[in-house]
Amino acid sequence: MTDLVGRHAAPEDLAETLIFPAQDGMAADLGVDAGGHHGHRDMRYTEPAPVARAHTAGRTSAVRLVWVYPDLLSTYGDRGNLLVLTRRAKLRGMEVEAIEVNSDQPVPRQGDIYLLGGGEDLPQILAAHRLRIDGGLAAAANQGSVVFAVCAGYQVLGHTFGGVEGERVEGLGVLDITSGRGDRRGVGELVADVDPALSVPRFTGFENHQGVTRIGPGARPLARVTLGVGNGDGTEGAYAGKILGTYMHGPALARNPGLADLLLTWVAGRLAPLDPEAEEWASQLRAERLAAVGG
Amino acid sequence: MGKLPLRARLATSLSGAAGRVSRMTGRGDGSVIGGVLGLRVEPELLRLLAADRQVVLVTGTNGKTTTTRLITAALGALGQDVASNAFGANMEAGLASALGRSPDAPYAVLETDERYLPAVIEATQPRVVVLLNLSRDQMDRAAEIWLTARRWRQALADADGCVVVANADDPLIAWAAATAPRVTWVAAGQRWHEDSWCCPECGSHLRRDELGWRCGECGFSRPSTRWVLSDDSVIDDSGQVRELALSLPGRANASNAVIALAVAGHFGATVDQALPRLREVKSVAGRYTQVQRQGRLVRLLLAKNPAGWLEAFDVLAPIPAPVLLAVNAQTPDGKDTSWLWDVDYRILLGRPVYVTGERRIDLAVRLEADQVPFELVDGIDDAVSQVGGSELDVIANYTAFQQIRAIVGRTE
Repeated sequence: MTDLVGRHAAPEDLAETLIFPAQDGMAADLGVDAGGHHGHRDMRYTEPAPVARAHTAGRTSAVRLVWVYPDLLSTYGDRGNLLVLTRRAKLRGMEVEAIEVNSDQPVPRQGDIYLLGGGEDLPQILAAHRLRIDGGLAAAANQGSVVFAVCAGYQVLGHTFGGVEGERVEGLGVLDITSGRGDRRGVGELVADVDPALSVPRFTGFENHQGVTRIGPGARPLARVTLGVGNGDGTEGAYAGKILGTYMHGPALARNPGLADLLLTWVAGRLAPLDPEAEEWASQLRAERLAAVGG
Repeated sequence: MGKLPLRARLATSLSGAAGRVSRMTGRGDGSVIGGVLGLRVEPELLRLLAADRQVVLVTGTNGKTTTTRLITAALGALGQDVASNAFGANMEAGLASALGRSPDAPYAVLETDERYLPAVIEATQPRVVVLLNLSRDQMDRAAEIWLTARRWRQALADADGCVVVANADDPLIAWAAATAPRVTWVAAGQRWHEDSWCCPECGSHLRRDELGWRCGECGFSRPSTRWVLSDDSVIDDSGQVRELALSLPGRANASNAVIALAVAGHFGATVDQALPRLREVKSVAGRYTQVQRQGRLVRLLLAKNPAGWLEAFDVLAPIPAPVLLAVNAQTPDGKDTSWLWDVDYRILLGRPVYVTGERRIDLAVRLEADQVPFELVDGIDDAVSQVGGSELDVIANYTAFQQIRAIVGRTE
């Protein structure tokens, strides 16, 4: 941990301590008991036990999640993707190191999963510029690390994207996509059927962007849009190897836990299935959102 | 009113009639419909109604309604009528309607929607413009906040007749106000930093310490302040310290009060004259209202965006007091719930948490990720009936708040 970003963290519950700054009055273990209230059992959430560690494909070291530039690219609940990955890894007994790298720090090259979020035009341009100079993310991507990027972050992975006045801005070029500005903003619920090769259930998400993206021969569409805009040509997102991007912003992984598990599988191998109770709320949310838009 | 042209007088009286009909028929509080009708008859109505008055405009992401109320209360010390859109109808029609209702008030304190500020400055020629804060809010329909700040900069650069009262602790506000000819800077504090890690001028990472914030690259930095919020006290522009001791709870309202006192100072009202009036404000358009429900004391808190939730957590009764969280995603709320993931809910650990609203499942998934135990309930009465103790704090976003108010009764 400290060798990556020069920050100290307690070995216990590293993810929690890093994901949010520490809060006053937060004990390490508050031992909260929700069982004392009256009510329906199915309306209540209490902490399920993680499945045994033996189910995690023999991985011994912690999974290193690197959130790239939350100071620039974190506009639409992007922390959600980090929290969901952390949670689903821990439920399977994996240890997690969550590392937040701001734009004035070097991007570590030894991460397992790199996360990039959405952002406004100027921060996006600045992020692309700094990432190109830093070189850490591109090096990690080319070494086979997993990269999951959202919206502005997705565009940054490509060759070029549209700037404030629509001008071409150079991206990292680690994913064979080219983006520009469309005529109108795509805002609303998005539903898309995922490339069957990935065995991930239908996407449900929310998009809010004016970008359009063309996918080159070196990448494949992640999904086919049934509702919403996505890349603008009927496809949504793109992937190549373990580099994957989407226009579904913010907590895309909260509504698509299958996609979160795909990313974890790329790092840790086959995952143990979760107790259905641990999936209950996410499953309800998926069902509700898809029903709300007639998906 | 006698000075208004005939067309404006007709528009104003039509406005008033429509507002009364709206209130009498229970369709609304009458604060918008009248203005809409009036503006249709006379598009220049806002300009005509604002002429010859001393106008204060109040804008920002959070605290507009409360600060408008506090400034109105403070200006009461001057002993003259103050027109105000006290119920948060903050677009052109709501402003015109508020002015039309108080045709003879020499002062007007007008809450103004962030997007409309440049047009309203142009129409009302304000004496004071108050800039509170800027943070992410309903981004599926509002512009990016940096673009909002840039529009303010352009509008304020041309507004030579007015003084800007601005929070120096919010970098985006400081940048927006920096072009104005005259600024009174207030150290009003900023708890939510997630939208101001980067310099609004050049984009570089901002450095923060106990003295404030500074860009390491372009040198843009926190302006020095004339008015200061220090714990629960105000230090005014002559260095005099007074304890605030407001009825309204929380740090955010202390910030709003210091800004209100700075505005009152521009009109000649001293802290000693204005502060007692601020202390009398106990609830604002239903916010902070306490109501009895099934023998329990229910307190209503409105929080519309992540920064607002952070401030609402600050005023909760101490642990283990229970809290009900209510979230909707209708158009006025923003249809996108991803902002829930920008709020750190772990601060609720140790108290019973109840969850309701049209998007309660989104909130359930969010709380589960933070490992905060919770219970789903069917609305306010279900929550109240399950609460063990004698009180319940409620934090709700906009339409969820209005729904709960409709159930527990408008007490104001």
